[in-house]
Amino acid sequence: MKITEETIKHVAELSRLEFKEDEIGGFTAQMSDIIKMAEQLSAVDTTGVPETVQIVDRDTTFREDKPEHWQDRDTMLKNVPEKANGYIKVPVIINKDDND
Amino acid sequence: MDYLKETIDSLNEKLTKGEITPEQLRDETLAKIKEIDPKIKAFITVDDAAKVSSVSPKESKLAGIPIGIKDNIVTDGLKTTAASHILDNFVPVYDATVIEKLKKAGATIIGKLNMDEFAMGSSTETSYFAKTHNPWNLDKVPGGSSGGSAAAVAAGEVVAALGSDTGGSVRQPAAFNGIFGIKPTYGRVSRWGLIAFASSLDQIGVLSKRVKDSAEVLNVIAGYDEHDSTVSEKPVPDYTEALGKDVKGVRVAVPKEYFSDAVDQGVRDAVTKQIEVLKNAGAIINEVSLPYTKYVVPTYYIIASSEASSNLQRFDGIRYGYRSENAKNLLDVYLKSRSEGFGQEVKRRIMLGSFTLSAGSYDAFFRQATKVRTLIVRDFERVFEDNDVIVGPTTTTTAFGIGEEISDPLKMYNNDILTISANMAGVPAASVPAGLSDGMPVGMQIMAKRFDEASIFRVADFIERQNEFYKETPKGLED
Repeated sequence: MKITEETIKHVAELSRLEFKEDEIGGFTAQMSDIIKMAEQLSAVDTTGVPETVQIVDRDTTFREDKPEHWQDRDTMLKNVPEKANGYIKVPVIINKDDND
Repeated sequence: MDYLKETIDSLNEKLTKGEITPEQLRDETLAKIKEIDPKIKAFITVDDAAKVSSVSPKESKLAGIPIGIKDNIVTDGLKTTAASHILDNFVPVYDATVIEKLKKAGATIIGKLNMDEFAMGSSTETSYFAKTHNPWNLDKVPGGSSGGSAAAVAAGEVVAALGSDTGGSVRQPAAFNGIFGIKPTYGRVSRWGLIAFASSLDQIGVLSKRVKDSAEVLNVIAGYDEHDSTVSEKPVPDYTEALGKDVKGVRVAVPKEYFSDAVDQGVRDAVTKQIEVLKNAGAIINEVSLPYTKYVVPTYYIIASSEASSNLQRFDGIRYGYRSENAKNLLDVYLKSRSEGFGQEVKRRIMLGSFTLSAGSYDAFFRQATKVRTLIVRDFERVFEDNDVIVGPTTTTTAFGIGEEISDPLKMYNNDILTISANMAGVPAASVPAGLSDGMPVGMQIMAKRFDEASIFRVADFIERQNEFYKETPKGLED
C-alpha cells in the first residue's frame, strides 16, 4: 500500500492533529515504513480464525446503577483550563462568518 | 537508608522494633533521592510532604514503607503527567485503586516516576521532562516505558515501585536494570486510575530488587474492584507462600524462537545458564515452539496503536490538561492543544491507530491483527497444556545507549519482541536477573498460566537464591 502525503493529511484530520508543511514529508516516510512493517501480517493465513479483542476470564459484570456522591463540583472542575460560574468555557463553536 | 541492602522485611523489622519511625524513614528516603536522583533522573515529582500513615507495622508489612509510583497512575493531590506536556499541570482529584490499597496498607507514596510519554516507548527517552539514566552505566537507557520505576529501585532510591506493562514496559526495564519486575495476569490488578494506553493489554505491575518484595506489594494491590469490570473476582492467594521452595518436577518450556540469532550471544548465555540451574535442581526442561513469535511486533503495534488512538481522544484541551493559547475556535482547541501537547512518538501511534482503524484499512490491518492475536494466544494455550512455566530471555540485548535508537522507531519497536506475547495472551510474566553480559544486567523472563503468578514467584525466587544477583552493586553509582 502506497502511503502518500495525502493519506497522512487525511489521517491527521481524523486524529485531530496537525503537522507543519515541512514536517509532512519526513512523517510520511516514517509512517510508510511502519505501515510496511504492519503489512507483514497479510502473509498469515487467518481463514476461519476468530478475532480476539479482549482477554477476560468472564463476561462483563454489572453493578447496581445507583447514584452516589463522589466529588463536589469545584473539585471536579479543578483541572479545567478555562471556567466561569461552575461551567467549562470554550471558544466560539460557530464563527460569525458561518451565518453569512 | 541504603535500600540496596534493605528489603520490606528488614525495614518492617526496624519499624516494628521502633529503631526508626515512619517519619524518619520518609525523610531519609527523601534525602537519598535528593542525593542520587540528580544523576539518575528517575523522578518527575517528589512529594516532600508525603503523608505518613498511622497503620501499625505490626499489622501491615507495607506500613511506613516508601513506594515510588509510575507517573501514569493517578494520585490524589499529587501531579500526574504521564510524562506528557499535555498533562504537565494535571493534579488528580482522586486516587487510583492501587494507590488507595497501598495507602490503606500504610505505604508512603513518596513520588512519581519518569516514563515514556503515555507509556509509549522502550527507553524512557520520549518523556517530555527528562532522560532517565541506567544506574549500571549512566550513558545507557533504563529501558521503558517504566524506566523511572526500574532505575529508582536499581539505584536504591526506593525498595519497590509500581509500573505499568502494555507490551513489556515493566519487564524490559527490570531486565535492563538488574531487578525483578512482574506484570500480573490481565484482570488481576485494577486499572482504575491508570491513564489508559491500550485497554486490552494494559496491566499495572511491581518492580523491586528482591522477588519477595514484589510478592508483598502484589498481595496488597491485587483483587476485585467494582471500578474496573475486567478485574477478576478470584480470591488473591498469599504470593509469599510460593517462596522458599525447590523446583523439583516443575515443567519448564523453553521456546526455540526466543534463542534465535536475533538475541545477543551474551544474553542467551546468561539465560541458558539459569535454565541449567533449574535443570540441575530437578525441573523438567522441554523445548517448545511458539511459531507466531515472528508476527507479534506488527500485531502488537496495530492493536495497541488502534486502542491508543481511541483512548487518547479524551485529551482535547477542554476539561483538563494543556489548552493551546493560539486557538480561535473549538476545532482549533482540539487541533492545536493536541498538536502542541503530544510528543512525536505519541503522534505516530495515534496516526498509526487512526490509519489501521479507518475505512479501507480496517479489515487488512485491525481485523487481521485481532485474528493473528488469536493464533498467538493458541500458541500459549498449547504450550501450557504440558508445562507450568515458559522461560527465555526478557530482551534481545542488554541496555542500549541513550540516543542510540530514538531516531529509528522500527528498531525501537523490535525491543518488545519477547515480551509482547504475554500481554496478547493476558498471562502473567516477570523478569528476574540472570547475570551480567559485558557488565550490563540480563533478565530472564518467566511466564505462567493465567492467574498462576505463584509459579512465577516460585521459580524466580529459586533463581534469586541460587545466583544472589542482588549482591551486585550498579557500577554507575560508584564515583
